[in-house]
Amino acid sequence: MMEALARWFADLHERTGINLVVFYDPFDAARFFRGVLLTVEMAALCIVASVLIGAVGAWLQGSRWRCVRALVNAYVELVRNTPSMIQLYFLFFGLGPYIAAHNAHGQAEPLISGFTWAVVCFSFYTGAFNTETFRAGIDAVPRQTEEAAESLGYTRLGAYLYVVLPLALRISFPALSNNLVNLIKMTSVAYAIAVPEILYVSNQIWSDALNVPEMMNVVLVSYVLLVSGFNALMARIERRLRVPGLGC
Amino acid sequence: MNPSAATRRPPLIRCREVRKSFNGVEVLRGVCLDVARGEVVCIIGPSGSGKSTLLRCINGLARIDGGSIHVDGLDVHDPATDRLALRRKVGMVFQQYNLFPHKTVLKNIMMAPLHVLREPRAEVEARARALIAKVRLQGKEDAYPGELSGGQQQRVAIARSLAMRPEVMLFDEVTAALDPETVSEVLVTIRELAAEGMTCVLVTHEMGFAREVADHVYFTDAGLIVEHAPAADFFNRPHDPRTQAFLAKVL
Ligand SMILES: Nc1ncnc2c1ncn2[C@@H]1O[C@H](COP(=O)(O)OP(=O)(O)OP(=O)(O)O)[C@@H](O)[C@H]1O
Ligand SMILES: [Mg+2]
Repeated sequence: MMEALARWFADLHERTGINLVVFYDPFDAARFFRGVLLTVEMAALCIVASVLIGAVGAWLQGSRWRCVRALVNAYVELVRNTPSMIQLYFLFFGLGPYIAAHNAHGQAEPLISGFTWAVVCFSFYTGAFNTETFRAGIDAVPRQTEEAAESLGYTRLGAYLYVVLPLALRISFPALSNNLVNLIKMTSVAYAIAVPEILYVSNQIWSDALNVPEMMNVVLVSYVLLVSGFNALMARIERRLRVPGLGC
Repeated sequence: MNPSAATRRPPLIRCREVRKSFNGVEVLRGVCLDVARGEVVCIIGPSGSGKSTLLRCINGLARIDGGSIHVDGLDVHDPATDRLALRRKVGMVFQQYNLFPHKTVLKNIMMAPLHVLREPRAEVEARARALIAKVRLQGKEDAYPGELSGGQQQRVAIARSLAMRPEVMLFDEVTAALDPETVSEVLVTIRELAAEGMTCVLVTHEMGFAREVADHVYFTDAGLIVEHAPAADFFNRPHDPRTQAFLAKVL
């Protein structure tokens, strides 16, 4: 089956000149597949981290201490008002060189890989948006519901984790999905620091095979598929979270 | 109940000269109130007189600005007081039910004993099911609050509070949001609790019910206890003109 498909694409190349090399050449196929996997891995890590950052950030925004609130707001503003690629450059080229160790030959070697920087960058970037999104959801949870939890003996944190956050999550779910789709698309920015994700491996492939237009199609379609898959997953989760009498 | 039994032991709730302001406006202006163990106390009074605020101060949801409140010997507004110990003793039911809409009836009742008291699940579930039976909601275990009527939700809220095995229950106008037809199903539940000897403090506009279940009635107006007396005396021979005017209006 796979072989037949590969033969068809190889044949297509010979007949028409349309060179979809990733579908018939085992080396390029593997290279491209590794890129897709890396994008998925990066996105998955960032999704988890950014949701956690959002939950913690929104909690801290409701803090009693003004300085904590100010700090979170400063973080959100800083992130929202600068481009993600500039942030990534800042981390990778601005901070990265200072976080290095010397190897046996006395050369400085960065301790933190480009992949890790990208994950940190996109997690905090989307984390800022998630903070705002969760905050809006929290503000929509009636204060009395939280008080009911507190009068049952929950601490403020307990009430947040067991009552307020689950309700806020449901309220802000569509906006959260939106943030996370943006996050998936943003992972392509890691191309700029040579993280071998989809766009970067595609660049390698089109440099070798000189098939730029074909690879652009492949890249575009890859993202369409990735994001559609993610949307389907989110729709499933939303259905599972749906509860009678709660408007979402 | 037997008045000598009520006076033998120190009161379960003891409020002394409680003061509370919101933005410079004094809402409680020196309230004194005692509730003996096993006693049913009703607080009545015009809207805005501070009844809800007083209940919220008793379980520590609101801070006080002066005076003192003790519940079973615990100083509610001493920062050193164990909050959880206090909240375990005091159950509260609200006018708007305030159930957790994302949890089923059974889970609503089980959550706090599991998360707060960390009791074994099997034990908590058995107790929750017994409470569901007690408030006559068998068959609704897996329903969500949004699928229940107001009266049913309020009975779940009562069961949810009882699951923490409180020593006193505070009811803040728990029938005020209900249709007239469903009021009675909630009152039946409260009446049974009172008959079992649960200490209850009820803020209510249901005068007939207050007259029937209350041992003692407090009348508040503008942040003060204007008058308090055993229920029969209160309704039959009110002394203060403000009480008389209020009763004339609502009875
Ligand atoms: N969180 C708050 N912030 C500001 N003012 C408040 C707050 N809570 C209550 N008040 C004010 O305190 C006064 C007493 O309110 P409270 O709710 O205790 O009255 P109530 O006797 O329960 O009235 P009702 O019968 O209408 O429930 C009111 O004037 C109210 O506006
Ligand atoms: Mg009130």
